[in-house]
Amino acid sequence: MSTPSDLDVAYVARLARLELSAEETALFQTQLAQVLKHAARLEELNLESVTPAAHASPTFDVLRADEPRPGLTPEEALRNAPRTAHGLFLVSKVIE
Amino acid sequence: MTPRDLPGLTIVELQQLLRAREVSPRELLQALHDRIEAVEPTIDAYLSRDLDAALAEAETADVSLPLGGIPLAIKDMISVAGQPCTCASRILRDYRALLDATAISRLKAAGAIPFGKTNMDEFAMGSSTENSSVKQTRNPWDPTRIPGGSSGGSAAAVAAGAAVASLGTDTGGSVRQPAALCGVVGLKPSYGRVSRYGAVAFASSLDQIGPITKTVTDAALLLQVMAGVDPNDSTSLDAAVPDYTAALQGDLKGVRLGLPREYLGEGIDPEVRAAIEAAVAQFISLGAEMIDVSLPHTSYAIDSYYIIAPAEASANLARFDGVRYGHRAENPLNLLDHYNRTRAEAFGPEVKRRIILGTYVLSSGYHDAYYLRAQKVRTLIRQDFERAFEKVDALISPTTPEPAFKLGERSADPLRMYLADVFTSAANLAGICGISIPCGMASGNLPIGLQILGQSLGEARILQVAHAFEQSTDWHKRRPL
Repeated sequence: MSTPSDLDVAYVARLARLELSAEETALFQTQLAQVLKHAARLEELNLESVTPAAHASPTFDVLRADEPRPGLTPEEALRNAPRTAHGLFLVSKVIE
Repeated sequence: MTPRDLPGLTIVELQQLLRAREVSPRELLQALHDRIEAVEPTIDAYLSRDLDAALAEAETADVSLPLGGIPLAIKDMISVAGQPCTCASRILRDYRALLDATAISRLKAAGAIPFGKTNMDEFAMGSSTENSSVKQTRNPWDPTRIPGGSSGGSAAAVAAGAAVASLGTDTGGSVRQPAALCGVVGLKPSYGRVSRYGAVAFASSLDQIGPITKTVTDAALLLQVMAGVDPNDSTSLDAAVPDYTAALQGDLKGVRLGLPREYLGEGIDPEVRAAIEAAVAQFISLGAEMIDVSLPHTSYAIDSYYIIAPAEASANLARFDGVRYGHRAENPLNLLDHYNRTRAEAFGPEVKRRIILGTYVLSSGYHDAYYLRAQKVRTLIRQDFERAFEKVDALISPTTPEPAFKLGERSADPLRMYLADVFTSAANLAGICGISIPCGMASGNLPIGLQILGQSLGEARILQVAHAFEQSTDWHKRRPL
């Protein structure tokens, strides 16, 4: 397992689209290094032949009939939006 | 019986009064409102309430229904149409739910009246409710102490008689742990037993909605209504729902209870240990057979949990982008700045910490070392339980290593806070069910919780074991305030 010092909080924050202050970056760097150091205990286990579990009780291919069903009206869908115009969500400019 | 006493009663007791027309649903709601007003300055359990809307529902309540006229407090993570659903986060401060969660629509159809949304750790990330962005809920047994979390508001309200019963969500112990620390009953159903539709997602492979109540019977009543497959949640299990209240009957003769030795090792408060040992003696006197078992990977559960849960959370919380709902930063320079600042301004410190941790363990180069490894350990933990349940009908343990700690004591030390979930998170990883019931009092008048774990879909069995213990002791009758 990689060493906890591999954690670069500033880089990961960019991946997560989350701006952090210098104080937050330094604090998380220390605190999460401790958490990862604790988690390094998992290296003690021999896991070579173990299948990973993504779910507690795996269920597969749960499908419904492909038919239209009632859903939110446009007004309802927009009700909690911070900015709307002409029945649309307003987003920040995507193309410069 | 005066109106003042009504909110402290159980669902079963209130049903009798309502059906005998000794009390109307409206009178019950008014009494509950008055009680909340009286104790909120001490406990601060609620984030929002709409008395007029609830009174309107009470006017037409049919008390012959299974939960007719019974008001329920709801963790502010579960959608109730038209009501706020803030997850105690600034990012959802002005959000109102557009629909009822499936658990809520089923409770409403059974006559229950959702009344009030309760405080919690922001997005359920925490074990003390100190991570709420709104306010600090306090333990009604000692207001200088935490109520537990993340469903701290739901547990404190029930314990203080400021709710008849409530709903929480449990991702790593968030129903059982606050129930234990507040001296009430908290049930985490098996993964898939109750639909997650309409509950805001934290860690989708671990989350379950569960009841927090004054008695085991009340928990069975609420589970009965909520349980069952839901086409809106593809992970809900298509399995028959047994009659949970009927299952409460019968003694414990011949019931095999396992005592996992890993749950009574070092780090347990001596008073908690003594209470569990007394509970063991009580179970033996009730005819149960106690069997020593081993769950060898127990100590790794917390490490696996604190990789898997943040990983799933980092993906789930990506939806908070300031476009469709929630907070949005003013005057963004460009799209990236819009995302970065929207999320920076409105997520609290613990949520940010977990997004960073989760993003890291999923990132290129680290996924196999952390996330994949944690998922393999999850398999080992599940296998531990499967082997144990070949020998025993249920497992018993403390719910928490110690009683409620002081406010502020751990808020600067995330790792130490995470270890509060050491006995509860394994059940979420394995998808099994668990219940916490009161089993003693530590010095300072602080409740101690007994955890009973059962196999997946084994709720009837753990409810029976919990009920037998409850009926033979009087811990559940003690009330603070």
